[in-house]
Order: sequence, then structure tokens, then C-alpha cells
Amino acid sequence: MEVTVNGERRTVAPGSTVGDVVRDLTRAEGGVAASLNDEVVPRTTWDATPVAENDRVDVLTAVQGG
Amino acid sequence: MTSTHDPMTTAHGAPGAPGTAPDGHADPLVIAGRRFGSRLITGTGGAPSMQVLEEALAASGTELTTVAMRRVTPGSDGSVWDVLNRNGIAPLPNTAGCFTAADAVRTARLGREALGTDWVKLEVVADERTLLPDPVELLDAAERLVDEGFTVLPYTNDDPVLARRLERVGCAAVMPLAAPIGSGLGIRNPHNLELIVEQADVPVIVDAGIGTASEAAQAMELGCDAVLLASAVTRAQDPVLMARAMRDAVTAGRAARLAGRIPVRRHAHASSPPADHP
Repeated sequence: MEVTVNGERRTVAPGSTVGDVVRDLTRAEGGVAASLNDEVVPRTTWDATPVAENDRVDVLTAVQGG
Repeated sequence: MTSTHDPMTTAHGAPGAPGTAPDGHADPLVIAGRRFGSRLITGTGGAPSMQVLEEALAASGTELTTVAMRRVTPGSDGSVWDVLNRNGIAPLPNTAGCFTAADAVRTARLGREALGTDWVKLEVVADERTLLPDPVELLDAAERLVDEGFTVLPYTNDDPVLARRLERVGCAAVMPLAAPIGSGLGIRNPHNLELIVEQADVPVIVDAGIGTASEAAQAMELGCDAVLLASAVTRAQDPVLMARAMRDAVTAGRAARLAGRIPVRRHAHASSPPADHP
């Protein structure tokens, strides 16, 4: 199944969740947020939120700035 | 938020005993009911390394520090978030890089989720070249974020009317620029900053454009409640030493403001008694 993760097309296993996608990218425990099709997904529901074909997932973290 | 004519009366209470330099305990910065001993808010952008950044933050004495939200790149596990946590510094996520209210609102929500704070430094800029705030988008975003329960600290132009509008929609502070971001040009329009300070009932924080310590002190002398700066420290030749200088400048400027400076005169005014010639 193909989804867009942080702007790049990726193949993920069918049945993947937002939590799976996040853990593929980073092992950081804190300071990370995820959105599914521009809606924030609270960390507590990452593993209960499935991603579907062509979904857009963004995973953000705090970086130096401002 | 201190008025020009009566600098000793502040909403924060008495600054301390006469002749005592006010410290963070006697004269805290209060934003949205939260007290800070330091009136220096720092950014984290531009530091040559995470280690230098950490030392500079410690030397600055800051208790509140901005971070930006960006897409995770694989393998980037050591983060600025860890640095802030280790040093007990509260994170202030910003919306840098947003050009529309919709973008800024989305970024603020992600910052809240990632960092567990509903405080946001709201930045909505008009273009890459000037990085000046877009007043229309800024006000729109501020209103929406306040409605969503955020504590909104907007980076704004040095425009007293816009500052008033931002306060009126419920912002917890107003943060007028001294000069464009990263320019180090210092305070270009002290008169406007004074106007903003005179009318504001929320803290006024000078944000952006400070280049060196005397300019940070000047912002405090004008009656601003705090100074926010990043590049002036992180891009200085010795960031840690400059961080210390900024800490001292903000403290000195605040003390001078509370002390009440002498009036400016066109002619000399002898400080010694007249000579007693025989």
C-alpha cells in the first residue's frame, strides 16, 4: 500500500497504523507529533489509527529555530 | 506594560527595597499567570553545535526558549528538545516558516501535541526576503488560536495599532520587532515601542533585530517587559560570552527602567557644589 510520508511516497504494509509510520522514522520518545491528512493525531491514538492508500502522514519534531 | 510616567508601579508588584537591584524573585516576568525569574527569552536557531547552544542557554539564564517544528528526518534522534529538558527550560514552539493563518494554526497544533504545551510563539510572515509579519494573516491566526485555548505570543510589527488589536483578541503578550529577524540592526523605532508599552496591559517583549547587549538594555529601558533574541547570541563569535552579556544587559536595563533615569538636559548641570572662592 502506498502512502505519502513527510512528502515522500512510501510503501507500507497493509494494516499499518500512524504509530508504525512514526516508529519507522524515529525512535525519539518525546517532542514528536504526527498528522494524518493535515489533522493532528494525538499520540495516545497513534496505534489505533490505521493509514489508508494515498493517505498523507506528516511526522514533525522540535528543531533549532526562532 | 509599565507606564512611562510611573515606572515604579507595575502590575508585578514592588520591585524590591529601595536601592536593591530587582531580581527575578522580587520582580518576576508574568505571562498568562506564569512567573519567570529571567526576562531574557532565547531562540535556538543558528548555533554552531548543540553543545555550544546548551552552554549558551545556561549562560543566558533563560527559562523560556523557542523551537521550530519541522519534518523528522531519519536518524535525527539527538534533539534540541533533550537540551531544553536537561536544563529545565520551558519550550516555546513557534510557527516559523508559515505564510498563512491556516498554516500557522496547523503548525501550532502540532507543536502543542509534540511538546505538551499550549503556548505558541505565533509567526506569520509575508515573504522570505524581509520575514516581516503579515498583519492580516497574523491577526486572523491569533484569533483562531486564542479560541482554541492557546496562550498566544505573537511576533508582530512595531505597529501600536496592530499590537492593540492583537491584545484585544486575547493574546497573552505582544512581541514587536526591533528590526527584521537576524538583521542585528537594533531598535529602529524606539518611539513606536514606547507607544506600544504605554498602551499595553499584557507584557511587551521585543522580538527580533537585537544585535548586541546595549540594544537589549535599551529595549528594557524603553519599558519593555522582556527581550527575545536568538541570532545575536547563537551567531556571535563567542555565543556563550554573548549569552552572559545579554543576561546582564536585560537585568541592567530593567533596573535602570525601574530606577527612573534623569531628565535629558541641553546644558550642563553641576554635580559638585559651587566653588567657594575667597
